[in-house]
Amino acid sequence: MTATGSGTVPNPTSAPEGPVRLFAAGADAGYSAHRETYGHLEIVKGGPGLRAELERSGLEGRGGAGFSTARKIDAARQSVSDRMFPASAVVIANGAEGEPRSIKDSTLLRHSPHLVIDGLLATAALVGASRMYLYSSPESLGALRSALAERRDTRRITLVQAKETFISGEASAVVNAIENGIALPTDRTVRLTTSGLRARPTLVHNVETLAHVALIARFGGDWFRSEGVGGDAGTRLVTVSGAGQRERVLEVPGDARISDILEAAGVSTSVVSAVLVGGYHGTWIPADDLSVVLSKAALAPYGGRPGAGVLFLLARDECGLQVTASITRYLAEESAGQCGPCLYGLDALATLMERIASGRGDHGLRREAERLGLSLIGRGSCHHPDGTAGLVQSALSAFASDVEAHLTGRCRRTARV
Amino acid sequence: MSAAKKSTSVLHIDWTKCDGRGLCAELVPDLLGRDQWGYPIALKGSPSARSDIPLPSQRMDAATDAVRLCPVLALKIVRAS
Repeated sequence: MTATGSGTVPNPTSAPEGPVRLFAAGADAGYSAHRETYGHLEIVKGGPGLRAELERSGLEGRGGAGFSTARKIDAARQSVSDRMFPASAVVIANGAEGEPRSIKDSTLLRHSPHLVIDGLLATAALVGASRMYLYSSPESLGALRSALAERRDTRRITLVQAKETFISGEASAVVNAIENGIALPTDRTVRLTTSGLRARPTLVHNVETLAHVALIARFGGDWFRSEGVGGDAGTRLVTVSGAGQRERVLEVPGDARISDILEAAGVSTSVVSAVLVGGYHGTWIPADDLSVVLSKAALAPYGGRPGAGVLFLLARDECGLQVTASITRYLAEESAGQCGPCLYGLDALATLMERIASGRGDHGLRREAERLGLSLIGRGSCHHPDGTAGLVQSALSAFASDVEAHLTGRCRRTARV
Repeated sequence: MSAAKKSTSVLHIDWTKCDGRGLCAELVPDLLGRDQWGYPIALKGSPSARSDIPLPSQRMDAATDAVRLCPVLALKIVRAS
């Protein structure tokens, strides 16, 4: 076996077949179960192999923004080589999972922590990083601590506890939390890959993204693409919840239809009137359109994207406007309060949605909500106002006939108005 | 980006510092208005360029004044290469 020109050493273990990849080692997999299932991953520094395989895989980030993993790594490598004074890069595994309806990252960290660690080590080797961080919600710390202690190659990984707020996982907030203990987004004029933690080139990757990197490092980009399609290659983790369902995490192919995912989760689509896709910054997809594929390309016409893989169900007897008003209020309260348009604008937006939902209003309210939402976009140090405005816009359009009914004093869904 | 030969400088708003005093909107009224709470809002361009407002070269002097006079130092001019 030769390591020449490769980021990792080829693996003798056979690759997982079918869409169950990230959990193939079973529940609560320790390091030995992990290696029996996936084989040992020998990390070799600096080779172009893994970089090329990531490009071939088409892997995109699983934290929400869906940016190309290869591009992001390229940007960090470029920044390292462009510097007049050398500074080694930093890689951060982001497991903050501030999305209230997502448990896929904590589930992954509990059952497959070693894939995340492998991905972190492989990515660090690729960019020549000397420091690595595992940033995770409090509930996953125990599992991670045990996993780190099980192996010898984790000495340069520092475990950091994330705050349990909605925005603690935003990339600049992650860096700020690790550097200063303040989990709030920061004003930026350059990308984190150029200057992040202590002004070093910094990669912040979602933990699921890194778990996929660990498998691509072993089995290659073509294997990754054997599930999914086009720009949505591979598999992704989704969390199904709402409408009285127990929260469930599933691993699905990148070309799975939402209706098929719900069926696999044991949900009858007949009880669902709409699904909020992506997360609280996401997009409502009405019941009639649930045959849409959970992919970037298929959701684009709806203004949506898979985001963090959240599928939050609205039951037939729930009012989408009331639910959206509650979520908007939550998001307003989760504003860091640093940026004026977010601090005042989201509060006003939530109040408008509450008035529409309560059925005490007129048609001016809808226009005002649309106008206010649009005015907030792009006016903050992070995308919290943009995402919240997007949710409201999506609700006003997906539940347009409900809005109409509410503004004439009726609710079609519940008896409350 | 490579097509544009003219200035690609932008006026960057640090929203974490801005508290809506409004001086900037008086100094570059063709670029910035104010919202209902007094915070600046770009009058032109796409919503994605509202924190980094493209600066025509003839507005560079006025924008420089806005940067200098902002009482909370929330503005800067970023010269894109």
